[in-house]
Amino acid sequence: MSNNILLILTLTIPLAGIILILLSRKNPNIRDSVTILTASTLFIANIFLTINAINIPKGTSFVLINFFPGGSIQFSPEPLGLIFGLIASGLWIVTSIYSIGYMRGKKEQNQTRFYSFFALAIAATMGVAYAGNLITLFIFYEALSLSTYPLVTHHQTANAKKGGRTYLGILLTTSVVFFLFAIIWVWSITGTTEFTPGGILDGKLSPFMTGLILLLFIFGIGKAGVMPFHRWLPAAMVAPTPVSALLHAVAVVKAGVFSVLKVTVFTFGVENLFSNGASQFAMYIAAITIVVASIVALKQDNIKRMLAYSTVSQLSYIVLAAMIVNTTSIIGSTMHIASHAFGKITLFFCAGAIYVASGKTEISQIKGIGKVMPWTMAAFTIGSLSIIGLPPTGGFISKWYILLAAIQNEEFIILLVLIISTLLSAAYLLPVIYAAFFQTSVSKFEHSEAPIAILIALGVSVSLIFLLFLFPNPIYEIAKLIGT
Amino acid sequence: MLSQLPALQVVIPLIAAPLCVVLRNKEIACLVSQVVSILSFLISLILLQQVLQEGIISYALGGWLAPVGIEYRLDILNSFILVIISGISSIVTLYSKKSVNFEIESEKIYLFYTGYLLMFSGLLGMTITGDAFNVFVFIEISSLSSYAMIAMGKDRRAVSAAFTYLVMGTVGATFFLIGVGLMYSMTGTLNMADLAERLPKVYDTKAILVSFAFISIGILLKLALFPLHLWLPNAYTYAPSVVSAFLSATATKVAIYILIRFGYSVFGSDFVFSKYPTAEILASLSIIAIVVCSIVAIFQTNIKRLLAFSSLAQVGYIVLGISFNNINGLTAAIVHIFNHALSKGALFLAMGCVAIVIGSVKIKDINGLGKKMPFTAFAIVISGLSLIGVPLTAGFISKWYLVLGAIDKGWWPLAIILLLTSLLALVYVWRVVEVMYFRSDPNSPEVKEAPLSMVIPLYILVAMTIYFGIETSFSAGLANEAAEYILGISE
Repeated sequence: MSNNILLILTLTIPLAGIILILLSRKNPNIRDSVTILTASTLFIANIFLTINAINIPKGTSFVLINFFPGGSIQFSPEPLGLIFGLIASGLWIVTSIYSIGYMRGKKEQNQTRFYSFFALAIAATMGVAYAGNLITLFIFYEALSLSTYPLVTHHQTANAKKGGRTYLGILLTTSVVFFLFAIIWVWSITGTTEFTPGGILDGKLSPFMTGLILLLFIFGIGKAGVMPFHRWLPAAMVAPTPVSALLHAVAVVKAGVFSVLKVTVFTFGVENLFSNGASQFAMYIAAITIVVASIVALKQDNIKRMLAYSTVSQLSYIVLAAMIVNTTSIIGSTMHIASHAFGKITLFFCAGAIYVASGKTEISQIKGIGKVMPWTMAAFTIGSLSIIGLPPTGGFISKWYILLAAIQNEEFIILLVLIISTLLSAAYLLPVIYAAFFQTSVSKFEHSEAPIAILIALGVSVSLIFLLFLFPNPIYEIAKLIGT
Repeated sequence: MLSQLPALQVVIPLIAAPLCVVLRNKEIACLVSQVVSILSFLISLILLQQVLQEGIISYALGGWLAPVGIEYRLDILNSFILVIISGISSIVTLYSKKSVNFEIESEKIYLFYTGYLLMFSGLLGMTITGDAFNVFVFIEISSLSSYAMIAMGKDRRAVSAAFTYLVMGTVGATFFLIGVGLMYSMTGTLNMADLAERLPKVYDTKAILVSFAFISIGILLKLALFPLHLWLPNAYTYAPSVVSAFLSATATKVAIYILIRFGYSVFGSDFVFSKYPTAEILASLSIIAIVVCSIVAIFQTNIKRLLAFSSLAQVGYIVLGISFNNINGLTAAIVHIFNHALSKGALFLAMGCVAIVIGSVKIKDINGLGKKMPFTAFAIVISGLSLIGVPLTAGFISKWYLVLGAIDKGWWPLAIILLLTSLLALVYVWRVVEVMYFRSDPNSPEVKEAPLSMVIPLYILVAMTIYFGIETSFSAGLANEAAEYILGISE
């Protein structure tokens, strides 16, 4: 099949899934199988697209609509987008399995709406991944914000609505005010917004202006969670756990850092940014975010909130790596998209598993829970190791490249930040493991392990963590092609 | 025949108006206005086609050549505006029958259509004429008839709204006339093209400065720029739905066209923008209009009133584009005249549907409208998205050019404010959407959708809102050409 057909398929498969989900709303078993089937088909389509696109050296592009000269809806698969597309669609399968266990275990209402909007959010994610220019990226970025709103407010309680309002408010405001502004600015300078290897702004702006527009992008892409526009992420934790797991550890937040990376490589150009040093300021903002968010995470008792702040901190690793701007750093940040996705989704799955099995949400409540939920807590331990960045997990690999990039550019302050944050992440994650396995509970647990569907999903995500450590080559090879 | 089209453009509705009085039949009056509107629309399309192919059309009315006689002068800009006016009129009249039957007393309906046709021809005349005094004549024709039509609204407050409009409108028209008189005394001509030639010689005189001040304030009153907007909210709120839709989509837009015409073509941008801080004054007023009126819109309980304040804000966007005095700003202004006519026209038509079915256009009365009137509610959502400027709707295109214009002008903070204000639009649109879709009203009886004869015209506008958000060669393309022509940048 040609690339264009595969591209259209990646966008339409989730949409077709929605129709099927709605049609089978009367029978939950069929409906949930449809979700898994759609996710699997999408993943396969993405694999084929990757194989096809990697072999075409120049890349292809597919224009859907032309608004005005230089402005169009356009898709072009390139290595960075392909990696993101693969991760998001692959983990959608795992999350679908997990969702079945979770949503049924919690006897949630409105499950059909839940699965429909989930598929819609994935469709928007695919659009973000394969966007061929800034306008397309912006449109699908906004679509992703809007389609996840009903998922965040799924419980429809006052609390959920409040969280949803913060979520949508921050994401929309930052994107419309800064992101769109930056896009129009770029268009007014260059007359195009197309993603071009090497960037389109090379030599067109002074270092100061380059830095200013870069900041507009980084703050405008609120999904990347760079402080001070990170508050939507903890607010979004009112959502059911599968949403937090796939969307707020993978799809939505990664759409953010992915966009930052994409803009860095294809709008500004790595060499352009490196030679004029315009990314320095943004790099330090990301560094501050890493440290501050880790410290805030230390203070949290609610597991999901702690994980949310950990995510804010980890996202800024990716932004920071992008801002170091050399080849290694781009590879490192791409690898970190993958490794953090696997690690954090595992941790969220565990938090949800604990909640489904025991109803517990706070760290202080789960003392000794390792005895009754050994598998869940083992998975939590492995996920934590990956987030901290210890072998034998995928997190070690990506952190390695980011450290390497910092050393190459002699950014020693950044090196120090990375070391401190590693210690901090150990400090907020290890107590959970310690409490679960080594402390004794006050009351007796009257439940056993989480539902089997949840454990299967955990098994898959944990294997991915190990696989990324053992065989990082496939992703590395694709990441090496970014921007060529 | 073909060469007489410019005259026919105005004359046909002008003759049809008394015809309605003579026939005294509401069915026929409605039919006449429909036929006339569609005929005018076709004429305007042919004229646009001619202008695009052959350039400016100059037509001497009654065979009297300018500057003695009245000249009708068509260029890309006003032939585009003619298409907008007559196109909107076609849709509005097709829609009008049931709505007018519901909102106007039966024995007055033929008078309603008479007034409508007069207003229609007045607006067309203002647009097409190349004679400064003639503009005043047509302003009066369209204004007087619109006062009468607003007063026909069902609510008794319509009368006082019409009276306020009458006072303000008359002041505006008089100011305009004083300005034109001063110009005449200095140059000895009323023909716009002649004026443009002769004015530079007398640029430095006090009389021309005073004339400029009178004319611009007069026009700003008609187009309702903050703080000269006080007549508009009540007029739009209490006028019959058809009138609100037509006025909001065309009347202020024609006044904006006059502003562009006098600012750029008659006085010339050298005089207007180089000698005086006009750009700064217009831009600050527009920004205040956008911010204040959007915020006021958020707190309205009557949706028509909410839309009226939103219109004021949108007028601010257009005038802001004009004040930039650059190609992107002017393109934004012209394309927004078109795009806003589509979306605001659709919203007011949708309110007419709500009024006929629910009997009220208050926010508290439309709980669960998404279930009761799915088509109307969806139309409101799509047009609302265009007001906000969401991508893939027409409104996005306008916003894009407007921000570009601000960047070109070097006013970056303004660009940020502009984008921020679209969030205000988001808030007032969301208020309506939330009530329609996220609140149910179990007590109310089952209500059905509005009649098809109203929903179909509504959806023509909605479809165009989407279409012109995706394919912009007609809207933005023409606006861009018109802007280039007005600014004197020819290829």
